[in-house]
Order: sequence, then structure tokens, then C-alpha cells
Amino acid sequence: METLMAFAVGGLYAAAVYMILRRSIVKLVIGLILLSNAANLLIFTAAGMDRGLPPLVPEGALVPDGPVADPLAQALILTAIVIGFGVLAFAVVLIHRAYEVVGADDMDQMKDTDT
Amino acid sequence: MTTVVALPVIIPLLAGAVSLALWQSRLAQRAIGVIGTLALMWVSVDLLLATWREGILVMHMGNWQAPFGIVLVSDMLGAIMVVLTAIIGLAVAVYSLSGVSARHEHFGYYPLMHLLLAGVNGAFLTGDIFNLYVWFEVMLVASFALLILGGERAQMEGAIKYVTLNLLSSVLLLSGIGLLYGLTGTLNMADLAVKLDDVDDPGIITVIAMLFMVSFGIKAAAFPFFFWLPASYHTPLVAVSALFAGLLTKVGVYALFRVFTLIFDQDVGYTHTLLLWMAGLTMLTGVLGAAAQFEIRRILSFHIISQIGYMILGLALFTPLAIVGGVFYIMHHIIVKANLFLVSGVVHRLKGTHELKKLGGLYRTHPWLGVLFMVPALSLAGLPPLSGFFAKFILIRAGVEVEAWWIVGVALLVGLLTLYSMIKIWAEVFWKAQPDGGDGQAAAVSGQGGGLWLMVLPIVGLALMTLFIGLYGQPIYLLAERAAHEMLNPALYIEAVLGGRTT
Repeated sequence: METLMAFAVGGLYAAAVYMILRRSIVKLVIGLILLSNAANLLIFTAAGMDRGLPPLVPEGALVPDGPVADPLAQALILTAIVIGFGVLAFAVVLIHRAYEVVGADDMDQMKDTDT
Repeated sequence: MTTVVALPVIIPLLAGAVSLALWQSRLAQRAIGVIGTLALMWVSVDLLLATWREGILVMHMGNWQAPFGIVLVSDMLGAIMVVLTAIIGLAVAVYSLSGVSARHEHFGYYPLMHLLLAGVNGAFLTGDIFNLYVWFEVMLVASFALLILGGERAQMEGAIKYVTLNLLSSVLLLSGIGLLYGLTGTLNMADLAVKLDDVDDPGIITVIAMLFMVSFGIKAAAFPFFFWLPASYHTPLVAVSALFAGLLTKVGVYALFRVFTLIFDQDVGYTHTLLLWMAGLTMLTGVLGAAAQFEIRRILSFHIISQIGYMILGLALFTPLAIVGGVFYIMHHIIVKANLFLVSGVVHRLKGTHELKKLGGLYRTHPWLGVLFMVPALSLAGLPPLSGFFAKFILIRAGVEVEAWWIVGVALLVGLLTLYSMIKIWAEVFWKAQPDGGDGQAAAVSGQGGGLWLMVLPIVGLALMTLFIGLYGQPIYLLAERAAHEMLNPALYIEAVLGGRTT
């Protein structure tokens, strides 16, 4: 399963980089979305994939009995998803405004501020 | 009494929330802008003094002990950076009273400014690597919105590059954190430093270290990752430019210092050699880029890049003196660079443009402004007795001591080229005669027309600080020395956070 996930993560990174390098700013944002999801999946995979081991402490006990899955990784991913969602929402609005102001969906026409 | 560690984060957040609640009242927002940053100044100086007296201060959030809870740590480096943040915050808040137009204030300039300061301080004080990522994002989101405040075409174009590359950097950081967590099962920086020593696979650690280096390299605008900076820093309001120039890239530099002294010190030969090349090339490309520019803020933006090279040089040489030099350089640079941007704002207020070709004759009409420009400009180039001289002197001395001749040569050459750039601005803006047709559109552009003295006051204050560091540098040097001592002995930090436990 880890191997499969590793390939999925790698594929997502590759697709994201490809999309970011496109000229269209809409594709650029799609690339960013893929990228943030790739990172989330990477954390998910790297933190270990355990199946059917809920991290619950039985009633009356102080520690769970036996091995449990690591809940922290999911907390991290949840945080990253929320942050990513906010930032990407901003990015979508930004490219919309940029499209209105520049009048084109093309990075090549946005070179005025470069040097 | 370790609550003091959290105050530099809480106060700007609170000030931001209150000024958000008073959305309708511009007057109240401006008052809170100054009061909030004054309060921030108070608590940060207090924090610095407390850290100086008592050593590294640690606050366990919600009383969950490290490494299980999130900690806020104030060591010397963090406390110094927080004080610098407060200085720049206060200077920009005062400057904004007259330098930011009503239209921008209506779009929420002040709440965003407070939020940015909170994010920056959070990044400086956190002792948890995932928390560092979160503070980076807080800072970034505020900076995104500040960058496009006003909505001009140039701002949109600059913002797209800024947003894309900074998001890329955040994702790389997140990937690095994920892999690090997978490897060690902890996120606490002190605990990471301990656990990484037990990992017997140096290859994977170096890979993760590279992810961090690239990520923080993008944030710090180091070579070859700096392209977002010259594309965006000259587009927003001058007050925002000054805030960014003073603080944002330095957060990246701080993160490099923190991570490559505390966590990734296993393979110094490899990582720090890479950092050394990065430093040299950053200095050179930055200053050469500046030489080709003819717009004040673009010149200054490129100089941020070349100065970042000096700071990374301090880290890369990795001797006690070099680290002292790096920290000293950060202190000097933040004050000087923000000041130069503020001066460019006053020039814009007086003449209505930033283009060197259209400017001129300011020394005849405003000689005092010429003097105020010269102090930070010559300090940036490193002329004695200003602060930049000692900053460069310490670094170059450190380079000579380890006989890294080529980097010493580069550092000296870049200092000379910086002087060339600064003299170029001086000659074009202040010395030469006013070219035809460039005058007469004064104050109208800035919109507000409030008192000019409010814009000059922070410039004078920062210039005095530059002079102070230059003429009476000993206390500043002692601060930098203590910070370097703590960085080169990570055991102190680990001991303070984990309290001797190494679970």
C-alpha cells in the first residue's frame, strides 16, 4: 500500500509542477491545488498507514491496549487542508481579479513588473 | 511567569481583532495601529530583557509538557527578532498615519498589518516545526492581502508570482515536515534535534535538510529562488514595501538559522558548503541586478537579495564569530532597509514618482532629506562609523579567520557595488538638476496630504538607531554574541525545552 501511495504522491507532484509551468493562470491554480493535496497525502503516507487500529483508550484504562494508529498525522493534514483551502480561495480570487485587470489568461502578458 | 513569551503574539492579534471590530472608524483604527505597536514594543523589550537575565524562556501551551504539547520558546535570537519586528511595526504604523490613503485604510490596511506582525512574531517564537509552518501561513495570507491592497495592474501581476512561489515554498516545507515526522515521530524542534542524532541513515536526513533549505531559501529570497521578490516588492504601498522589506525575507533567514543550527547539524560539511555557495551567488546576483535598475524601489528590492547573502554567509561559515556577524547583520539590515523604503516613500510624496530619470534637485529643496537618505544608504554599503560597517567587518573577519578567501573577496566586491548603487540614487535623486516636466505633481499622488512630519519622524528614529549601532555597538554585539552562543550549543535549547528529559 505504501508503494502505491508513494507513486500516487509522486504523480501528483509531477502533474502539479507541469500545471504550474503552463502559461494559463487557471492551470497555474489547478497546479497549486494538486500540489497542496500531494503534500497532504505525503504526510499521510510518511506517518505510517495502519488499518483498523483506532487510537481509543478503553473505559477505565489509562493507555490503549495494543498498538494504535497515529492520530497526530491526521490532525496535521486537517490543519494543512484548512490552511490550503483558505490560501487557494485567495488564489482563485486573485487570478479572477488579475484576469479582469489584465484582460488575458496568459502569464506571458504579465511581465511588466519583471525586470 | 512565562506568559511574557506569548504576549508578542497575542498583542498584535488582539489589536488586529479590535481594529477589525472598529471597521467603520478610521480614526480608531489608526489610534490602535500606534497603540498596538507601542504595546508590542513594550512587551518585546521586556521579553528581551527577561531572556537576557534568565536564559531561554519556555512556555508550554495549555500546560502540555514538551515534546507532547506545543511550546513557545524565547531564546536570544528569537527575542532579538521580536524586538526588531516591534521597531519596524511601530515605525511603519507611525508612517502610515500620513503615508496610507483613506482608500487603502478602508480596505483593511490596519487589521492586516497587525495580523502580519502576529504571524512574524509567532514564527520567531515557536518551538514546534509544524507550528512554524502555521505561522508562516498566517504571515503569508496577511502579506498576500497587503500586497494587492489597491488593486492596480502591476500589483496583480506581482502578486501572482509572489503567491505562486510562496505557496510552492510552503508545500515544500510541509513535505519536509511530513517526512521528518515519519522519520522521528515528533514535531518539537528540540526533540527533533535529539532524535535525529539516533537516526542511522544520513542520506534521508540530508534529503529532508535540502527540502528545508529550498523552502526557506525561497522565503528568504536567496539565489536561485529569489525571482518573486523583484517582481512584487516595488508594487504595493510604500508602507507595505517597507514592512515586507524589513521583516518577511528575514523570517526565512531566521528559519534557516534556527533549523541549520539546531536540527540539521549532522552533515555540516555538505549542507553548509551548499549554503556558502548560495550566499556568494545571492550577494552577487542581487547587487548586479540592482545595478541595472533605474527605479528607486526596484534598486532597493534587489539590494534586499544581496544583503540576504551576507546573512546566510554568517550561517554558512559556521564559526562562532561568523554566526555573531550574521545575527548582527540581521539587526542592522532590518532597520536600515525598512528606513530606505520609507525614505523612498517621502521622495514619492514630494515628487510623485520613483523613476530616477524624472527625479532630481531634491538636495536643493530638501537638504535634510538628503542627509536622512545618506545615513541608511551609506550604512547599507558599509561605511564607518555606521552600523553596516561593523556588520560587514565581523563577517569578513570571520571569513578571513577560516581563510575562505573567495567569499571574502565577493563580500568586499559586493560592498563596493552597493556603494555604487547608493551613490547612483543619491546623484540622480538629490544631486542632479530637476529634469523638465517631472515636477509639480507632488502630494496629489499619495492622496492623503497629512503632515509630512509624521512620515519623517520614523525615518529620523530609525536613522538614529543606525547611528547608535554604529557608534555604540558593544551592547548590540553582546546580544548577538549571546544569540550565537546559544545557537552553537543546541544543548542549551534542548535542555530548556525538554528539561533534561529525552523521551
